[in-house]
Amino acid sequence: MQLINPDLKIDFLGKRKLALIFSGALLLLSLGLVAGKGLNFGIDFTGGTLVEVKFTQAPAIADIREALTPVGFGQAIIQEFGAPEEILIRVQNRDASDSSKISTDILDALGVGLGADNVEMRRVEFVGPQVGEELTQAGLLAVLFAMLAILVYVTFRFKLRFAIGADAALLHDITLVVGIFALTGKEFTLPVVAAILTVIGYSLNDTIVVFDRIRENLEANRKRKNPESEVDVVNGSINQTLSRTLMTSLTTLLVVLSLFFFGGEVIHDFAFALIVGIMVGTYSSIYIASPVMLSLEGRFETSDEEMEEMEAKP
Amino acid sequence: MQAYPRWKLWLILTVLVVSAMGTLPNLTTPPSWWPSAVSQPMNLGLDLKGGIHLVIDVNVEKAVEHSVEEDVDTVRRLLRENKIRYSKLDADGSTLIVQIKNDADAAATEGLINKDMSGYTVVAEAGRFTLTITETEAKEIKKFAVDQSIEVIRNRVDALGTTEPVIVKQGERRILVQIPGYEDSARAKSLIGRTAQLEFKLVDEKGDLDKALSGKIPQGDVIVYGKAEDRGGNAVRQPYLLKKRTELSGSEVADARVSIDSRYNEYAVTLKFNNKGARKFDKLTSAHVGERFAIILEGVVQSAPVIRERISGGTAQITGSFTSQDARDLAIVLRAGALPAPVKVVEERSIGPSLGQDSIEQGMNSIIYGCIAVLIFMVVYYRLFGLVANVALIFNMLLIAAAMSMIGSTLTLPGIAGIVLTIGMAVDANVLIFERIREEIRLGKTRLAAIDGGYDKALSTIVDANITTLIAAIVLFQFGTGPVKGFAVTLSVGILASMFTAIMVTRAIVALSIKKKSKKELSI
Repeated sequence: MQLINPDLKIDFLGKRKLALIFSGALLLLSLGLVAGKGLNFGIDFTGGTLVEVKFTQAPAIADIREALTPVGFGQAIIQEFGAPEEILIRVQNRDASDSSKISTDILDALGVGLGADNVEMRRVEFVGPQVGEELTQAGLLAVLFAMLAILVYVTFRFKLRFAIGADAALLHDITLVVGIFALTGKEFTLPVVAAILTVIGYSLNDTIVVFDRIRENLEANRKRKNPESEVDVVNGSINQTLSRTLMTSLTTLLVVLSLFFFGGEVIHDFAFALIVGIMVGTYSSIYIASPVMLSLEGRFETSDEEMEEMEAKP
Repeated sequence: MQAYPRWKLWLILTVLVVSAMGTLPNLTTPPSWWPSAVSQPMNLGLDLKGGIHLVIDVNVEKAVEHSVEEDVDTVRRLLRENKIRYSKLDADGSTLIVQIKNDADAAATEGLINKDMSGYTVVAEAGRFTLTITETEAKEIKKFAVDQSIEVIRNRVDALGTTEPVIVKQGERRILVQIPGYEDSARAKSLIGRTAQLEFKLVDEKGDLDKALSGKIPQGDVIVYGKAEDRGGNAVRQPYLLKKRTELSGSEVADARVSIDSRYNEYAVTLKFNNKGARKFDKLTSAHVGERFAIILEGVVQSAPVIRERISGGTAQITGSFTSQDARDLAIVLRAGALPAPVKVVEERSIGPSLGQDSIEQGMNSIIYGCIAVLIFMVVYYRLFGLVANVALIFNMLLIAAAMSMIGSTLTLPGIAGIVLTIGMAVDANVLIFERIREEIRLGKTRLAAIDGGYDKALSTIVDANITTLIAAIVLFQFGTGPVKGFAVTLSVGILASMFTAIMVTRAIVALSIKKKSKKELSI
């Protein structure tokens, strides 16, 4: 069975202007959403308390709110979590008093208001304000370091302009995933940052495969009597690897979908970030990494012709 | 194609046997002769088995301040022994200030301080000495405070009677506490979080409490509040005027047990002092019969009984309308000792047992369904070669399970997600190889040459692609906390395992099963 006819020659790079405009628009939209609407940061970053409880039967949100009002959490964010009888409650840290005790207050209040036997503690998460700041910093640093390490590795294995192309694709992927989170208002948590780092790894994996083929074909092309233009070589390489690109995206998407549908509510958003990331990562390794790399032709390094010229001179 | 090297076959076989042995304890209870050194069942993270996860911050600055305050007594004793009179002697944060009355004593004072107060730098100015604690000394005190807090917290957690709690230092001043299989987060937090500082001070019977409350506190005295009830039954704060000096402290307690206070028939805690404490208590009670002494727990006066007679048995009782749980927990913390500095819970991630169970089930489901989907997909798409890739994939899962069990790493929910993701990415190497073989076939190469070409040409791509993913996983491990680390671990292990299975194992199967002379087309 074959997904892609091997003789298929899609002129990916012929449409690179269009693709760049399209990507540029998406990037601007993402940035606009993040700046305008903002991200729904989870307690990992803002600090606060999250309590997940399971009731013996589906409760009314209003009853829960009423039960929480006496302890001062009538304004809590209360939402259904996966099933009607499972409820997630989120509150911010309190000033002054010891915020680590908030979860106890909430659980006690729910027990008083709705019957202690009907409420089961499923999960309590509390992040103090300082820890939230540290996690934010660690998350940003992680993404930065991953990009830097990759820049170094790809420069070492290929050339600087390939590395810049790869990092451009990564920035594109990160921005779009973050943009989708701003758009949907889904909670942006620490696992989502982990998903983004995984997307970085995945998207890069995809890009490297294309780059590897480009390098191989460029070398073969140089030995030919009437070499093709670099654009044609790159385009041919993308076509040659296309069926692999799609295959791997498909198998990975299959497992991530399995995670999304069967993995449970706790890693739902994590799986969602991966799904989006794999799709944009596949797109970017075709439409961002190679065009950016191509547009940097002749910069940062001596071109092959110049090298030959230099070698020719004594 | 060259004859497949023997040593590679042996290597693959060895890895297969070791992986099978490593995985076995996870599937069934191994027979009694099974060498337990080979592997243990995988550790499950708290998010899978349920339990309490706390990060505690030790207020180390307070430990330094406390140490400086204690040194005030040392300086006081020094000055007294050498008959140097002073007008001021006080601690202020990390500095200690002495003002001597007589300038003639300046040189002697400086000598004494330099000799006995080695942890301080001294600035002398017109009879006023400012001692600032040195950075190395402060660092030492902070480190000691954290180490000692770990000890104390361990004693307290052990008293809960759970199995295998984890209490380790995290960074400079934080302590990670994990109590698997324990649910009562409120009790755990209150048990761990209280300083349990116990002090005995004398009540200043001659001092005027009302005057002190209006601001005129007699020299050497201090006001401490206790809890009481007014006539309407409302809780009020009851002030006590006490001598500043601490006569006895919790460090002199040898044992603490729950008891019943016979007078009111309510729960109490009976303390037993150690030898030194018992002697001090004996002296204190014999010298101050008729006066009151206050028992102060964590800065609150619990009670201030009148000393009716000399108590030489070395025991004392703390009362305070406790419930049975209160009394039990108080006894636990007093036995375990006081924390050297106040602590605060700065992070909590606790999981109830039912959620952990659900997560295991859901995680396993997503592994199974994901795996089945990929297996089917590969066979449909690559036929016989797809089957070979599938054998490699199953080998890969076995290898991951064995590696996780043998290095004793912990499986978390994100870790399961890492395994699921690995399933999708592990076949990538085979996809790369198979696509390349197809290309070679299209170029008109013979079937064996096509296979060789496919494997050889895909190799550098596979290595490059996997190393970059590994870089991302390592960064994730470095910066991630707790569960996210678990994801990085399984992802890394999975990537490494997939390099072995997808390249070596499939190659061996292909080499062994392809008949050289056959003219049949490759089933790819």
